[in-house]
Order: sequence, then C-alpha cells, then structure tokens
Amino acid sequence: MSSVAADASSPGPASAGPGRRLGRTFTRHPWLGLVSTVTAPVAWLLVVYIGALALLVVTAFFKLDEASQKPTSEFTLGNLDTAFTTSTFIWTVVRSVGVALAVTVLCLVIALPMAFYISKVAKPWARRGFVVAVILPLWAGYLVKGYAWRAMFSPGSKFAASGSGGVLQSTIGWTPGFGKAALVITLAYQWLPYMVLPIYAGLDRLPSSLLDASADLGGRPLRTFRSVVTPTIVPAIAAGSIFTFSLSLGDYIMPNIVGGTTQLIGNLIARTLLAPNQPLAAAFTLWPILIIVVYLVSMSKLHAFEDL
Amino acid sequence: MNLSPIAQWALRIFTWLGLAFLYLPLVVVVILSFNSATSLSWPPRGFTLDWWSKAWEADGPREAFITSIKVAAVATAIALVLGTLAAFALQRYRFFGKTSISFLLILPIALPGIVTAVALQNSFSRRIDLGIFDFQVGFGFHSVVIAHATFCVVIAYNNVVARLRRMSPNLLEASADLGAGGVQTFRLVTFPLIRSALLAGGILAFALSFDEIVVTTFTSGPGVETLPQWILNNLTRPNNVPLVTVVATVVMLLSIPLAWLAQRLSDDARASYL
Amino acid sequence: MRTNRRILAIATAMVVVLAACGSDDDTASTDTAATGTAATDTAAADTTADAAADTSAAPADTTATSDAPGDTTGDTTGDAAPAEGVPTELGEGEGEVNLIAWAGYVEDGSTDPAVDWVSDFEADTGCQVNVKIGNSSDEMVQLMQTGEYDGVSASGDATQRLIAGGEVAPINPDLIPNYADIFDDLKLQPWNSVDGVPYGVPHGRGANLLVFNTELYTTPPDSWSEVFEDSTAAPGAVSVYDSPIYIADAALYLMATQPDLGITNPYALDQDQFDAAIALLDQQQALVGQYWSSYTDQQAGLEDGSVLTGTTWQVIVNLAQANGAKIDAVKPVEGATGWSDTWMISSQAKNPNCMYMWMDHIASPEANAAVAEYFGEAPSNALSCDLTADPDHCSIFHAADTDYWTDVWYWTTATEECLDGRTDVACVPYTEWVNAWSELRS
Repeated sequence: MSSVAADASSPGPASAGPGRRLGRTFTRHPWLGLVSTVTAPVAWLLVVYIGALALLVVTAFFKLDEASQKPTSEFTLGNLDTAFTTSTFIWTVVRSVGVALAVTVLCLVIALPMAFYISKVAKPWARRGFVVAVILPLWAGYLVKGYAWRAMFSPGSKFAASGSGGVLQSTIGWTPGFGKAALVITLAYQWLPYMVLPIYAGLDRLPSSLLDASADLGGRPLRTFRSVVTPTIVPAIAAGSIFTFSLSLGDYIMPNIVGGTTQLIGNLIARTLLAPNQPLAAAFTLWPILIIVVYLVSMSKLHAFEDL
Repeated sequence: MNLSPIAQWALRIFTWLGLAFLYLPLVVVVILSFNSATSLSWPPRGFTLDWWSKAWEADGPREAFITSIKVAAVATAIALVLGTLAAFALQRYRFFGKTSISFLLILPIALPGIVTAVALQNSFSRRIDLGIFDFQVGFGFHSVVIAHATFCVVIAYNNVVARLRRMSPNLLEASADLGAGGVQTFRLVTFPLIRSALLAGGILAFALSFDEIVVTTFTSGPGVETLPQWILNNLTRPNNVPLVTVVATVVMLLSIPLAWLAQRLSDDARASYL
Repeated sequence: MRTNRRILAIATAMVVVLAACGSDDDTASTDTAATGTAATDTAAADTTADAAADTSAAPADTTATSDAPGDTTGDTTGDAAPAEGVPTELGEGEGEVNLIAWAGYVEDGSTDPAVDWVSDFEADTGCQVNVKIGNSSDEMVQLMQTGEYDGVSASGDATQRLIAGGEVAPINPDLIPNYADIFDDLKLQPWNSVDGVPYGVPHGRGANLLVFNTELYTTPPDSWSEVFEDSTAAPGAVSVYDSPIYIADAALYLMATQPDLGITNPYALDQDQFDAAIALLDQQQALVGQYWSSYTDQQAGLEDGSVLTGTTWQVIVNLAQANGAKIDAVKPVEGATGWSDTWMISSQAKNPNCMYMWMDHIASPEANAAVAEYFGEAPSNALSCDLTADPDHCSIFHAADTDYWTDVWYWTTATEECLDGRTDVACVPYTEWVNAWSELRS
C-alpha cells in the first residue's frame, strides 16, 4: 500500500492555496515524500552517530604517546592486537556474553508467565494496572535500584557493625554475596520490564479466538502453547532480548556495585578510556560492536524489528 | 482460553511474585530514606526524618531535577520529530535500504552505553575542519541533548510506526475522495490518529532520557548536572548517600501518574482498529 | 536484502573516509590555544627576573628537608627561570570558573548548607564555580585532555602526566598570597614542580593506611602482610584500592620483604621489579573481596563486616566509625604510599583570573581548614591548624609532623626515566602499569 495510489485522485480547484499546491507537488513526485521524510532522521543518525562510531574505530589504529597519554598520528595495529589476542581480555568478553545470555534467559523465564497472565488470564479492567505496575520501576532510577540490591545482597559477618549484613542475610539467613550470581539477578531485575512489555504486546495481538479454536480442535494447553502461541511471540521475545542482551553486555556500573571483583567488557572499556588510553579503549569497543551487530542480524531474522 | 483453575492460579501467584520481585528493592529504598545511618546498610539503625528535611532545603537535587527535565524535554521533542519522519518514511514507501534504516535507528540503543558514550565524547571534543569553516561541538547542555535525542529516536519511531501500521489506508482514500489535499489530510486525519502514539512515545523517551547516566556522564559539560549525575556524585560523597534515597522516592512517586498516562495512551492507540 | 547491506556498507565506508580526513587532531589546536591564552594574560611573555628571585626563596627551604622519600630529584635549587607565558598580574574575574575536583573538595552548600566554602568565594570574586567530580586520577587526566576545564585538584599520580601532556601551566606564586603559608615539605616537590618551577598550589595530603576490624584483630596488626600474605586473618575480606597506582603498594611491601630485588623507590621499577610486584598482586587476588574506587564503597563494606582489613583513607575510617563500625587504622612498619593533591591551572583555561583567585581562596587558612576537616586529610596551609573545628584535627592527621611523612611515598607518575636516578636500566612507565592492572583485574 502506498500513499501514491491514495493521493492520485485528489482533484482540487484551479486556483489552489499554497497548501494545495504543495500537496499537488508531492502527489506528482511521490519520491519527494520519501526524501522529505527520510532525510532528516537518516542524516542525523549518520552524521551524529555513525560518524562518531567511525571516528572511534579510526582512533583504534593510532599509537598512544607514553608521556602525555594522548593519541598520536602514528599508525599501529598494536591496539587491535592487544584487544583481540590477550587471553585475559578474551575471557572478559566471553564472561560478558555469558552474563548477558544468562540475564536474557532469566528475564524470559520470569517475563513469559507474567506477560501471559496479564494479557490472557487477568481481568480486562486489571490489565492496565498490571502493566503500569510493571513499567513503574523503570522510573525509580537505575543507580538507586542497583544500590538497593547492594543493600540486599550485602554479606554479613560476625563482625558487622549493623548486626547482620544485607536484607537477604538478615531475613532468610542466606545471600549469594557479591559476584556473578548477584550481578545476573540485579541486571535481570533492571531489564525485566523491557522483556515483559514486548511479550505482553505480542500476546495482546493474539486474538483469544485463536486459542479457543485450537482448544476446540482438541489441543491441550501445552500443545496450543507450542503450536499457536510460541510462533506468535518469538518475534516479541527476540525484540525483548535485544534490550536485555545489549544492556547487560555493556554495563559497567552494576558490576562495580554488586559484582564484587567481577569485571565485564564495559568495565574494561571504561577503565582503559579513563586511563587515559583512548586508542586501546577504541579497540576494545570493537568487541561489543561486532557482537551486537551479529546479535541484531540474527534477531532481525526472527522478525524482532517489527515487534519492538 | 480454557486453562485449568490450577494453571490459572499458578500463573496468578507467579505474577504477584514477579511484582514483589520488582518492588522489593524499591521498598528497601523508601525504608532507607528514613535510616539514621549515613550509608546504605541494613538493617536500619534508627528512624529519622533528617534526610527528608535536608533534601527539602538542598538546592543541588532541585537544580539537577530541573536540568534533567529540560534535557529530557528538548531531547524528546527532537526525537519525536525525527522518529515520526522515519516512521512515515518506512511505513509509507517501499524502497531499498529499509532494513538498513531500521537497523540504523536501533543501533544507538542496542550498542552498549559505554560505546555510544566514548564515541560521542570523542567526536564532540574534536575540532572538525571542513575547509570553509571549522567547528567544535564541545560539551554543555547541547551535547547532552544531542546524545539523548539520538538514542530516543527509536522509541518515538516504534510507537508511531506501530500506530501507522494499524491505520487503515481506507481512511486516507476517504479523505482524498472527499477533496482533501495532502497537507489537509495530514492535519485533519493522520495527525489526530497518531497523536496518542506521539504522546506515549514521548513519555517513554522522556523516561529514558531522564534516567540515563552513562552517556550523560561522558557528554555533559561543566555546569550541567542531570539528576542521575547528581545521584552518582552523591553516592560517592561522604554523609550524603541517604539523601539519594529520598530523591529516588520522590521521583518514583511523581512518576506514577505519568506512567499511568503513558499506558492509557498506548492502550488507546492499540485499541482502535479503524 | 543483499542490496540493503551493500548500501549500508557503502554509506558506512563513505562516513569512515570522511571521518578520517575531515577531523583535525586535537593536539594542534591545544598548542595554539596554550600560547594564545598566555599571550593575552601577560603584557610581555618574557621570563622576568623578579619571578625567578621569588621562587628561589622557597626551594632553599625544601632542600633542607629533602630526606622525604618523595623528593628524589633534588632539583629544587634556586636558579629557576619560570616558564614562558606565566602571568605576572591578575586581571578582572571572568565570571565563572570550571573545576575538576575530588568529591568533597568543592562544597557549595547545595547538599548541606553548613558545608560551604564556595559561596563566599563566589560572592567576593563574582566567579561562579562549576565543578565536575573526578572519581580517579586517571579520569581527571582524561577530563583535562578535553580542554573544557580551567583547573583540577590533581593527585601526584596525575600531575606529571598533565605537565608532560601540556594540559597545565606553571603558576606564578606571587599572584597567590596564601602560597607563602603552605607547609614547606609540600612545595616544589617532584610531583608538583619541574626544575624548580611550581606547577600548582598544594591542597592537602594523606597516607594510605591499613584498616582493620578491632573485633577480629584483638591486637592491632602493624604490617602490610595482612593484605598480601596467605597467612592473613581475613582471607576474602581484604579491600584494596582499584587503581594501577596500587602496584606501588606491592612494590613498597617488596622493598621490605624482598630487599634483594633492590627496590629503592616504589615508583621506579625496572622490568624485573615490576614483574615481581605483579606476581605479588596476582597472588593477592585470592584474598581480595573488594577493589574499591569510591570510598563510600569501602565504608559500606567496613560497616556490614564484609571488609575486615585493607588499604584505606582516614576519611573512610572516620565515616565508618561514626556509623558504629569497630575499626581502626594504622601506618604499618613498612611505611605507606600517600597522596598530596595540587590545584593546577589548565594551559587552555578560559577563565585564568578566576582560577588564580580560586587557588588563592582554597589555600587560605579558613577554606583549607574547612575542606581538610570535611574530607578528612591534613591541610596544606600551616595557619589552618588553628582554625579547625576539632582542635586535634591537625595532630590526628599529622599535618605539621614532618617525621610522619618520611616513610610515606606520595603518589607519583612512573616514567621510563627511573625516578630513583638509575640510568643503567629503563623503568616501567605508567601506561604499562595501566595495562598490567587492566589485565590483572579482568
């Protein structure tokens, strides 16, 4: 469907106002409509964003002056070599991808039943309330929520000033302490709404009549879920996973707050940039850029972009 | 859908547990705002209203709050314009490069914040020489706005494009049949229908910009301090850490009506299958 | 679909080419800006004899106390010719000043109305103070490189990098009346001067102490072995400063425990000595529960008992004790690393007059006393000891006690040219420290 067809039949009197004349020009030259709408956003993104990324990638090929710690104009592959061949750094990347995937899975496990309940089982009048309840924590402030989890995970010891450590330690007597587990839980908490919402929206678009039809044809709930629901929500899950995966991959603040001594690729980039060693930091950023591009391409194959 | 009552109850309980999971840390934050200790430790050492009175008197959080609002407002406005244009372009026309553009739109949000932050900081600090003239973006209010607008575009785009997809082409044909020109059709037919999507997208973009910390830290200039920056600065300052919990509680309360409004608008957007 | 990707690739390639060609490197503009600002400040950018004569008085005093481990170059002789471009007189304030500072150094009452030594400055001089908090020395260097700020409160591990990179300009102490009252063993030190030319105003100093939980350690420990050796009473509960400069602490420990390595200055490490320090830090990792960069993090750990020992600052100890933590801190027998911060003026300062006024203000007895007490460090102005609210403040922080500082090794930037004077070997420069620390922490 193209608006060209729709507008082709516009008559208009001979003596037209400027609005009409403009309208007619657009009708006669349909490409004008495309150009006038697509130019601004694409130009902005290309210039501001892709330009900045390109500049960054370019600096990865420069050598750092030892004394002043500023990039020189000398070409070198040393930074890329360090970033891509040092085993400790490669492990950091692997760890980061692992954490990001774990967070995505955890978010999915929690979000799927919740979204299903809210869209299909809950009473219609309660639905909006539930959705608002899921969205509201997003407004509470990312940093503050992180520190709240810190207060919850705090390990106590018999020498604690306040008695018994964090919330979990005081109430149920156990805490995972600071580390990868705490990090995965905290990150999953931060991004959970981003996974619930697309799945809810996807399920919302699924008419209940389809589910009834499936039941009428003899399908038990699990079979219905597998054959009817899942294909519909795979794009939604993929869309949600873009957020949970990428937001977790590059996070460097949460590891410092609840991760104990764990470091992810974001920490490495931040630490190197602030060293200051901008060329090496730029080389490190190539890792998440490559990973995310691969991830986005695979998610687009699952039609995630239509379901964001 | 006919699920057994057990299944329904299981889902109900699971959902409520999920909500409890979402709200437990927020409850901790509120409780800690009354804690008499100067750090975020648990259990609370004592009850005090000191932090609330301090927050009331302090200029820092208030100014940071206003700065955040200003940044978010301008960035959202730009993002709405750019996002709507992109939505119309991608929804109405068929052309090569469509997938690339939606890829381009999501990239600022998909790439880790630190990458975006480093890239933008690097380019803003450079003197760009174009031969005829040279300029430097520099750091200040404008640099934060540019950065925020860039990753908020996709939020506006999503909402508008979702609404446009549901808008039947029959409407536009009817409008043309009745004699309306292109601009008139937009003004009287299209715009009112996407208005709710614009508002919903605007509120979500506003929320994203308001809470953003990583890119903001690297792209702001001297004298510009958004609320998340203020929070970050005060979490590292002696004796002021609980002040942050107070500020967080206030922001949470203020955002309840906004979140409700956003959801109401996107529901309306989704509901009409005209 | 393939066409889409082709288009995207071409577009990106075009942008990359444009980016590489079209942008100008910062350094060129930096140099022109530096001389530009200098020229506007002075009537004649020539080296005046009176400036040289004034700075000669100060170096004479410091050579007497040159036993301080930090003072290794001994270049503090009096025939200093001040660098070109140092202003000889101050003009009117420009209306604002943009600073980079440690958290707690520039308090304007916006968070706590009682803590304010900025508002009176703003009222007196008309210079509106905008402060950017730097969380580490490295971050401060990086921020200064952007050229957006007028000045920075730099620790010793940042100062020489800033000087080498041309980010900061030397100061003219004549324009800072309070400079005269600064403790002599802080002036014209290796980290804040070059060849007798002062590069900033000392702000204060502190040592990195050994903190310990008094319930675990019934007799106070007195050695860094508690944080480095497996025999520690607190494995997994050690908290260590998260910065490459901490390598110096390992080197300091090796100075005492492995004297055959021949380390005489923890910031002058040849490759073998450096490798030994890294090996020690590798071994230490199993004991460490927390690498802290923001001191409120260590404070929280001390309070909930997850941190039982580690490297700390006095300010953290005070804060945690106020919240009931049963801890204390001590300077171990091996000595300690320490830090002394210096206010430096940017070579690209847009508001140099205001910056000079600020440097004078923060070094004044009243302001110096206020900030030293709030932050928890030894003040740099000798007169401020009479003005602190707590009369014992200066004695707690050993402000005037020169002997205390003799085995404190102030943070300094490690350079390839060995800081201990050795010429037969090359020492490991700080950029390598950063890389090694990055790998260690990954």
